[in-house]
Amino acid sequence: MKNRNNTISIEEVKHLAKLANLTLTDKQLEKIPKELSSVINYMSKIKTLNTSHIVETSQVTCLENVFREDEIEEERMFTQEEVLSNAKDTHNGYFKVKAIFDE
Amino acid sequence: MLLDKTIEELSTGLKQKLFSIEELVQECYENIQKYNPKLNAFITIINKKEALRNAREKDKNISRATSKLYGIPFLLKDAYITKGIKTTAASFVLKNYIPQYNATVYQKLLDAGAILLGKMNMDAWGHGGSSENTDFGPVRNPWDLTRVAGGSSGGPAAAISSRMAVFAIGEDTGGSIRNPAAWCNITGLKVTYGRVSRYGTIAYASSFDTVGPMAKSVGDCAQVLEVIAGKDMYDATSSSKNVPRYSELIDSPVENLILGIPKEFFQEGLNTEIKNCILNSTKIFEKSKIKIKHISMPMFDYGLPVYYLIGPSETSSNLARYDGIRYGQKRKEFTSETVRRIMIGTYALSSGYYDAYYKKAQKARTLFIKEYDKALSECDVLLMPVTPTPPTKIGELMTDPLQNLLADVYTVSQNPVGVPSLAIPCGFTKNGLPIGMQLVGSMFSEDLLLRVGHIYQKATDWHKKYPKLEG
Repeated sequence: MKNRNNTISIEEVKHLAKLANLTLTDKQLEKIPKELSSVINYMSKIKTLNTSHIVETSQVTCLENVFREDEIEEERMFTQEEVLSNAKDTHNGYFKVKAIFDE
Repeated sequence: MLLDKTIEELSTGLKQKLFSIEELVQECYENIQKYNPKLNAFITIINKKEALRNAREKDKNISRATSKLYGIPFLLKDAYITKGIKTTAASFVLKNYIPQYNATVYQKLLDAGAILLGKMNMDAWGHGGSSENTDFGPVRNPWDLTRVAGGSSGGPAAAISSRMAVFAIGEDTGGSIRNPAAWCNITGLKVTYGRVSRYGTIAYASSFDTVGPMAKSVGDCAQVLEVIAGKDMYDATSSSKNVPRYSELIDSPVENLILGIPKEFFQEGLNTEIKNCILNSTKIFEKSKIKIKHISMPMFDYGLPVYYLIGPSETSSNLARYDGIRYGQKRKEFTSETVRRIMIGTYALSSGYYDAYYKKAQKARTLFIKEYDKALSECDVLLMPVTPTPPTKIGELMTDPLQNLLADVYTVSQNPVGVPSLAIPCGFTKNGLPIGMQLVGSMFSEDLLLRVGHIYQKATDWHKKYPKLEG
């Protein structure tokens, strides 16, 4: 799986698609391994960079622990009707989703 | 044409009743009707009667107007949530989505009295540099209809260039304001991360995303920035730093400022005409007694890997919410380019690869911050190209994902660092295609960038040129 050229196999693509909640067509399954491999290979240049003793950066604002009062702002609240206004499938004022537990 | 005027001139003219808001809005719709069928810049055009009614209403109250943007028609990239107005991010996933609230940037512009005329075409979710990765058909470049407008904010750029409104709000994650600004001959500002609230922006990569103005001139960008910048309690990453009066500061002196030219940004891969054009512009700066300094930024080569590992990682997480349950269509509606970015991000974040890719890229990001810090301690402003080539032919970038990425090579490294960058027109190729350059500064140095950009626009008239489209 991890050869020098980072070839990404169809099986790996299927696994990634599952993680990403994507359903790929047969045509995509055929194309994506090659496309992904070429992009990842290009990005692998980053491995040549010396980053020992370097701490990673995940944000640039230098802001930490930004709090607000724990108060309900009623003017920002949606009505139930507004909340559901874009949902395709609703039931008795709820979003309808597939069951995730067995009976 | 009223639309050739600056915001300052329009605002003054409106107050003196030399012309009305209604006339201004009418002129916008005339241009939209004439040019949009060729350019495909809009996803949603606001109902004309409604906008004109709004304009007449505002005309009545013009004497009480406090903002320069009062009555000024503008456009939003379709990445901003607008209550009651369809918002798509140019993806069929959101083709019927009607938001229940307003993005802060939109609300601020409404509060100032500006008038929205449309929601603009773009690369879906911001994924692209050509506005071809859209479910609503590619945006065409007003300077050559066989070419792309750039992206991802291609719709706003093409529309401002062809005078369909006074200004637009774009969104820049890795060049999305600057690239189409350069390719359509307008001015665009990527702000410091945190300068403008992202609340109500459809997220691409949350730690890179910035909200900024696109307009005909530096002066107009300053006017808009002044209104949209500032702390927002709905965006915890927005900065509480004071918002300067940018439009008043642009005339401050620039003598003895140091303009840095990083050699790595002018090497192999940069089109010769673009290179010569940008390096030539330094003469204008020197005439204003700005000093030129040649520097080196050797991290340059790692810009694309950092951007294309962290950006897709964040997008794979941000786009996970589109499951078609609360709103939107199913995930099978994502375009191939978006699927690729989600897959790359999922790969970089997945077990076994996280350290080698995502974490490594975040470490490289630290090195980029150090490199920009160093460069900007030796210089006040850096001069760089925006795009490696003139606008590409429609379809050219869509065949090869890697070519598509390379179009962003000069604009991807500023976003991971957070620094602001101003893209301004600086000439044309011999075939008449626009060329842009960017001025990059330290965190929250927008006032300085606008000052230097303004000096350039006072000495040149590239930014005043607009395409001769036939109606």
